[in-house]
Amino acid sequence: MNIVVCVKQVPDTATERKLRSDDKTLDRDAADGVVNELDEYAVEEALRLKEAHGGEVTVLTMGPDKASETIRKALAMGADKAVHLVDDALHGSDALGTSYALAQTLKKIGFDLVVLGSESTDARTGVLAAMLAERLGVPQLTFANKVEVNGTSIAIQRVTDYGYDKVEAVLPAVVSVVEKINEPRYPSFKGIMAAKKKPVEKLGVADAEIDVAQVGLAGSWSEVADFAAAPPRAAGTVVKDEGDGGVKAADFLASKKFV
Amino acid sequence: MKLTEEYEDLRKTVEAFARDAVAPVIGELYEREEFPYDIVRQMGRMGLFGLPIPEEYGGMGGDYFALCLALEELARVDSSVSITVEAAVSLGAMPIYRFGTAEQRAQWLPKLTTGEMLGAFGLTEPGGGSDVPGGMRTTAVLDGNEWVINGSKAFITNSGTDITGVVGVAAITGRRADGRPEISTILVPAGTPGFTVAKKYSKVGWNCSDTRELAFTDCRVPAENLLGERGRGYAQFLQTLDEGRIAIAALSVGLAQGCVDECLRYVRERQAFGHPIGHYQAIQFKIADMEVRTHTARLAYYHAAEKMLAGEPFKKEAAIAKLVSSDAAMDNARDATQVFGGYGFMNEYPVGRFYRDAKILEIGEGTSEVQRMLIARQLGLGDL
Ligand SMILES: Cc1cc2nc3c(=O)[nH]c(=O)nc-3n(C[C@H](O)[C@H](O)[C@H](O)COP(=O)(O)OP(=O)(O)OC[C@H]3O[C@@H](n4cnc5c(N)ncnc54)[C@H](O)[C@@H]3O)c2cc1C
Ligand SMILES: Cc1cc2nc3c(=O)[nH]c(=O)nc-3n(C[C@H](O)[C@H](O)[C@H](O)COP(=O)(O)OP(=O)(O)OC[C@H]3O[C@@H](n4cnc5c(N)ncnc54)[C@H](O)[C@@H]3O)c2cc1C
Repeated sequence: MNIVVCVKQVPDTATERKLRSDDKTLDRDAADGVVNELDEYAVEEALRLKEAHGGEVTVLTMGPDKASETIRKALAMGADKAVHLVDDALHGSDALGTSYALAQTLKKIGFDLVVLGSESTDARTGVLAAMLAERLGVPQLTFANKVEVNGTSIAIQRVTDYGYDKVEAVLPAVVSVVEKINEPRYPSFKGIMAAKKKPVEKLGVADAEIDVAQVGLAGSWSEVADFAAAPPRAAGTVVKDEGDGGVKAADFLASKKFV
Repeated sequence: MKLTEEYEDLRKTVEAFARDAVAPVIGELYEREEFPYDIVRQMGRMGLFGLPIPEEYGGMGGDYFALCLALEELARVDSSVSITVEAAVSLGAMPIYRFGTAEQRAQWLPKLTTGEMLGAFGLTEPGGGSDVPGGMRTTAVLDGNEWVINGSKAFITNSGTDITGVVGVAAITGRRADGRPEISTILVPAGTPGFTVAKKYSKVGWNCSDTRELAFTDCRVPAENLLGERGRGYAQFLQTLDEGRIAIAALSVGLAQGCVDECLRYVRERQAFGHPIGHYQAIQFKIADMEVRTHTARLAYYHAAEKMLAGEPFKKEAAIAKLVSSDAAMDNARDATQVFGGYGFMNEYPVGRFYRDAKILEIGEGTSEVQRMLIARQLGLGDL
């Protein structure tokens, strides 16, 4: 099975994250880049599927040069090779543009199964899996907390508010995973050293036959009009228990529509 | 000094592991004085027990410096976890890898490098640790094709866990021509009749590390359990301890760094007299001093490791690294506890644990006095 995992480099959530004042895109130099957390689960799931069914795991990342750190980590975990889509023309792409660029690349490199995280920690649109499936004309199986492949069919448990749905499809397909699905492995030192020797193919927009009019800041349909720093957190409300603490707490929750 | 990409990736991986998998659970284990089996299992899967050992024995094919980096990052969060790896690898597996026969390597290393089994090394005896072999009483006598071991060992790390596999025991196996005792190392599998392990000591620190007294009463093991050559025991443990000092230095630097990490967080939050306490120069200078000690100690162990890996003599550098870094750990733990005030004295804060864990670093694998003796000897003062 030819599995491609889409991995995004995001700024470390533990550090302060900023947008650039010039073009209102994420300031990727301001913070350490890390693998988007859910994408580690996606890599782990792909590796487990490979261990069970054989095949190959390819990492696909769209991002600046610096994103090669993220690729290295996924390779150190055990992925076999990587494709790095990197081109200045892609800077500032929105979700539509990103999904188009990734879809073009996926068509180029081929796949039986594409695995994604269900959401990134920076932009958090959570739409890429659906958009990719649509663009590729294959089934989408999203929010999976369990994936089973049987020959050419695939079945997942799709997490919902009330429990889970069972969704089945025929490969090729796109799957997005949630964090309950597995426990991602830490790379071993052997994996770290092996990662240096694994092939990483760098593709530009021309290589992936990407129409530049549909990507980048100019090609994006959505635009960041303005942004402001989040207001500092307001002081909490202290409920003093004078015999009626329970009632007060319940009233407070009700006023905020939590109960 | 800049780490290469591989070392830096390893350091980051262990840093993340210590933060995400060790920090949330270690406080409670420490209070209950429980051996961290689950953490050991996870570290085994990551290959931390096989870092400096070639892949053909199940290791990671890295080197001793890689091990040191991992020990430092673990000790930034907890020393018991770090010393468990240090003793298992540096004292348990490495002597078998360095001095063992092909059969001994094949028998033990694949299980030791994966953390499925832990190794230990018994040198210290109740009668003396610094004065080896002067204080050594344990004997092993060849009877037919078996060694018969009698004696006892004190303070042996990793010797009594559920997964302890083998203990290398230093014993007197005869007299040399010059009248001094002949020392050899014999591998004693856990559970061998005549080999008993006392219950854990109650310790000031390292509460999650397994430390025990061992007794050997007519304990018989096959002749081929001799590690390497007969009479080479002294040379073997001198080499083991020289390397081990760099590892203990790395662990000490980790503890010293952990103190800096904790203080940097706390002095921003804790308010006194209308400011965060980090506003006051007395606190800032303390933290600056802590950083200086950590940084210089790190350079000292990096340097010793570099010489060792280059195959150059490193005895003096290893002793210097151990001495300055255990001092750094001890001084930083004292200062960090002070910075935390009353909370520093509470077990629920990591600095309290660091304070308890720091002292042993000036004692284990050669006391600070022994390090000074070694350094003076390397300066040619040994024969005066
Ligand atoms: C603060 C901020 C706000 C933004 N708001 C919007 C917005 O409102 N609308 C909009 O269209 N765009 C927005 N963007 C742009 C957004 O970064 C890109 O569209 C992005 O490439 C895809 O969106 P996502 O990260 O939200 O994807 P998600 O759908 O949240 O990510 C799901 C999965 O897709 C995969 N994936 C995502 N990006 C990549 C990549 N570059 N390479 C490989 N795999 C990837 C990963 O597996 C990831 O887990 C915003 C960006 C920022 C920084
Ligand atoms: C938690 C823990 C774990 C340990 N793990 C192991 C292990 O796994 N394997 C193992 O073999 N050992 C282990 N040890 C033992 C440790 O290595 C010894 O405790 C250490 O070497 C000191 O020996 P000692 O305790 O006998 O002290 P002693 O040798 O009795 O020393 C007492 C004091 O006298 C000083 N002193 C001794 N000789 C001189 C001199 N000539 N000049 C000046 N001062 C001197 C010492 O520096 C020290 O301050 C462990 C100890 C502890 C506490």
